[in-house]
Amino acid sequence: MPTIFAETILFALLPEISVGGWIVLTGIATNAACAVVGCFLVLRRMSLMGDAISHAVLPGLVLAFLFSGSMSILPLFVGAAAVGIVTTFLTQSLHQYARVPSDASMGVVFTSLFALGVVLVKKYVSGLHFDIACVYEGSLELVPFAEPVAGLPRPLFTTLVVLGINLVILVLFWKELKVSSFDPSLASTMGFSATAMHYLLMVMVAVTTVASFEAVGSILVVAMLIVPAATAHLLCDRLGIMIALSVAIGAASALLGYAAGVWFDTNLAGMMTVVAGGIYALAVFLSPRHGIVSAVMKNMQVSLRVLREDLLAMLYRVEELASDKPISPEQAQQAIGGGWQARWALRGLARMGQIQRSPERLTLTDAGRDAARALVRSHRLWETFLVEHLGMPLDHVHQPAHRVEHYIDQRLQQELESELSTTGQDPHGREIPK
Amino acid sequence: MTGLALSEKIMIGTALLGGMSGVIGSFAVLRGRSLVGDMLAHAALPGVCLAFLLLGTRNLLGLSLGALATGLLAVAAVTGIVRWTRTKEDAAIGIVLSTFFGAGVVLLSVIQKPGVGGNKAGLNGYLFGEPGNMLTGDLYLLAGVAFVVLMTVALFFKEFQLVCFDTDFAQSQGWPTLLLDLAIMAALALVTIVGLPIVGVILMAAMIILPAATARFWTNRLHVMLLLAGGFGIAAGLLGTQLGRNYPAGASIVLTGAAIFLFSLLFAPQRGMVSRLMTEFRLRRRIAREHLLRSLYELGESQLPELAELHLEQIVADRYWKPRTLERLLDIAVDSNWIKRTDQTIQLTPVGLRHAAELTKTHRLWELYLMQHADIAADHVDRDADEVEHLLPESLLLQLQQQLADEGRLPLIISEVPKSPHEIGTDNT
Amino acid sequence: MGTTAFEIHDMTVAYHRRPVLWDIDLQIPEGKLVGIVGPNGAGKTTLIKAALGLVPLASGKVEIYGQSYNQQRQIVGYVPQRESVDWDFPVTVRDVVLMGTYGQLGWFRRPGRVEREIADRCLQQVDMAPLANRQIRQLSGGQQQRVFLARALAQAARLYFLDEPFAGVDAATETAIVELLHTLRSTGKTVLVVHHDLQTVREYFDYVILLNMRLIACGPVESTFTQENLQKTYGGRLTLLDEAAEAMRIRESQ
Repeated sequence: MPTIFAETILFALLPEISVGGWIVLTGIATNAACAVVGCFLVLRRMSLMGDAISHAVLPGLVLAFLFSGSMSILPLFVGAAAVGIVTTFLTQSLHQYARVPSDASMGVVFTSLFALGVVLVKKYVSGLHFDIACVYEGSLELVPFAEPVAGLPRPLFTTLVVLGINLVILVLFWKELKVSSFDPSLASTMGFSATAMHYLLMVMVAVTTVASFEAVGSILVVAMLIVPAATAHLLCDRLGIMIALSVAIGAASALLGYAAGVWFDTNLAGMMTVVAGGIYALAVFLSPRHGIVSAVMKNMQVSLRVLREDLLAMLYRVEELASDKPISPEQAQQAIGGGWQARWALRGLARMGQIQRSPERLTLTDAGRDAARALVRSHRLWETFLVEHLGMPLDHVHQPAHRVEHYIDQRLQQELESELSTTGQDPHGREIPK
Repeated sequence: MTGLALSEKIMIGTALLGGMSGVIGSFAVLRGRSLVGDMLAHAALPGVCLAFLLLGTRNLLGLSLGALATGLLAVAAVTGIVRWTRTKEDAAIGIVLSTFFGAGVVLLSVIQKPGVGGNKAGLNGYLFGEPGNMLTGDLYLLAGVAFVVLMTVALFFKEFQLVCFDTDFAQSQGWPTLLLDLAIMAALALVTIVGLPIVGVILMAAMIILPAATARFWTNRLHVMLLLAGGFGIAAGLLGTQLGRNYPAGASIVLTGAAIFLFSLLFAPQRGMVSRLMTEFRLRRRIAREHLLRSLYELGESQLPELAELHLEQIVADRYWKPRTLERLLDIAVDSNWIKRTDQTIQLTPVGLRHAAELTKTHRLWELYLMQHADIAADHVDRDADEVEHLLPESLLLQLQQQLADEGRLPLIISEVPKSPHEIGTDNT
Repeated sequence: MGTTAFEIHDMTVAYHRRPVLWDIDLQIPEGKLVGIVGPNGAGKTTLIKAALGLVPLASGKVEIYGQSYNQQRQIVGYVPQRESVDWDFPVTVRDVVLMGTYGQLGWFRRPGRVEREIADRCLQQVDMAPLANRQIRQLSGGQQQRVFLARALAQAARLYFLDEPFAGVDAATETAIVELLHTLRSTGKTVLVVHHDLQTVREYFDYVILLNMRLIACGPVESTFTQENLQKTYGGRLTLLDEAAEAMRIRESQ
């Protein structure tokens, strides 16, 4: 298996005109062209417009095909752009003037246009080189055998042209696209129309879709528009990096998808989509900043810290009472709720050198005592604050202070101190440690 | 049912599907979940393939169960993504929809391989819709699902309505809003999945949305909307399969539905575009007429109770009328016996004066009210001038009238003037 | 003091672990009109939603006539903010008011003649009877608010929560709502109203809850709605609560 992967990657990188190489190159180009546009769709929360337009362009394609009598690029692009504009316009108008909910109006428009396209295909183009199944799933496998344009298979050439166009538009309208994606009304006050940008983007989506159609089909192109962009969105926070990253993710899913598709001997475009989905799922779990795993870890760290601190504070209070009765590790664990978390917390404290433990007794080390003192100080300052400033009754302040104490740092301690009139004793008459 | 011809089976099947998807689709559309049907349909594909690989038959029930499984998995995935990540709902739907579909395509091509023994044509029906494959058993399944879905809606109509309209309120009354929502989704999933082999993956979304969106044009009551949506769905199913015999069934059904939608969009009473344009036009005409009468009243106000003879130029100068508009308005006013007109002069008749005085009074009351009391509510919907007496509390009205009288601006309505023969104001809309 | 209609013990409410209401503790006697007053973001709506079980409590409890909300839900009426629903929904004015009776109806039973009569009576109380068959989209803001009030009336509750009923309504509706509140009070109901307009607090309410993330004061208007308390509510230093809340949020999300 590893050799096959290595071979396919070599295949892809060699300039040699191998079948696999062309397929991978087309996959990468398609993914890249889609990802550039897709980032804006995802950021504008219009991902489903990508879905809608990729379906709605069908009648435009058929008409263009009928009028020009060929699958040449230009008429197809014109047809696609026109339908992109029509779809956008109809969706908006239905919502605005006929009060159809916006998602429903999108659904009405794209399905009707698609149905129209299916009927047109059947009526005028059946028998010609226009297979309906291709509309759904494309035929990436056949790309290398398409007639060459400028030394490249035609679908690859088309996609590269569109990628070029998209990049040029991206560079030219960088500022405008960026601003209108984040804040349409700001864009309008800055003197360029957010509506115009909206339509520009939709035309880009339509043209990109059409270019990708032959290779990957109308639904899988949706994956290429949205999935890498959404993945990149999970991984970073800046637009420029997000676009670059989404192109890279798209390319990676094309490469790996090809390898996996060859290995399992199955539909390549479908496999690329599945791989892209898999990468997204990985990012969902493993993204360093926004991933689920890191969130769970953070959560656990916080609750462990809270437990450790509760334990410290408890030991401090026991010391404060000058009681001779020892607290055993078991008792301490029970006191903070027991279970594996309590055990971990205890172990953590020992490792950090804040407590010393023997089987029958836990004692604070000097470092532990300092930390505990700070906590108890926070706790009692907060109790004082609640009574003094919020007028809360004495028997109500312990619980809230117990919750907040873990989050009060030195700066807040100082602020509390300067706000409060008494800082020597808490409302229960206990000393507030320095 | 065994004796049915294929064409009859197709008719019954598409009608059943249209009816139930219209009904359950209404809730989906009103709940803002129109595209969930689309997602379910796409996500069903891998389930269908898996079920085929496992069972080795094209039994509709088996395939539908597979579809249901992956469909529900997809819904769970979207819910999870939206809940746990920063990906927004639209992108989540797009991701799940396309990834699942991609997986379906992969599985399809596995099935297609010689040796697996699958004939792809059978499953292709799921992609594009092949009602021609319908078996009698499939009809039973459709009818069963239709029964379950319609009974659910009938039983829980009140609850569904409440949850769709105002979830918070429903929850405050103690209804299990989450469960009710899930029930709607589950019914939607069932309908979508049994509909797939008839209309296909993409166009199933249209079956959910189109009849509901169409029905919304014709009524303002939910139960009527459900009935109408069911009816439109049935009509689309029947007509579509009849009219589009030579075309893919899904496409012709959806196009028929789209045609009904378009017709409703244009010609439905009240909410249709034509009717709304008409209303707009009538409203504008009425406002123009009222402007003219008020203008005439105000120009002659100083000479009351004499009826002033006004010159055309005076009137034009008062409001900057366009000559053609003014001429038309004056003609209407003459016809209504509101004014007398000679070559050069225009004079209100007593009937016209009374009407004009009423209009002016209402207008001035509103003006005063809006200036003094409505500073918080810039709410212009209320400003249907005729309703001032009904909308403002009696005490406030008296106070406003007194204020106008003090300023000497309260128009006197002369009561002995005979009532207008035309009963002005009956054409308000 | 008579019966306590509504009571909150030590309630803390947090969104994404960031506390928005801190340790609220209050009691409302029966038969009072209560204004809930405080600046934007003070947690007024959250207070109501927490009381109704619409947002989870981080700690503490809410009691209605001495029992939990779930047990007492039949005697609680709720008027949400007007913007919280889709006013293009295909229902008529009467349909919306009927929804108030659903709680009593329970599963499966349909509203019948009795419920329709209740709905019509409630509509009359808010002067909306002539519009009973209108679609709700055709109503003005003030009229929509009255429909929501009628719906709450149809709940036949003893304790009402109104979320900003005066927001964006015309003067006539405002007057009508106030009259209605007085009617409710005279029949022994307790009404809590989220309110924005400080000018009218004295005029409309007899009890007031001053809120700004924490409870500033709660009591009869004459003794509680004082310059000093207002100062604390609107101008008072909150930075410590804010900073602690922020610290909690940041530490959690690091």
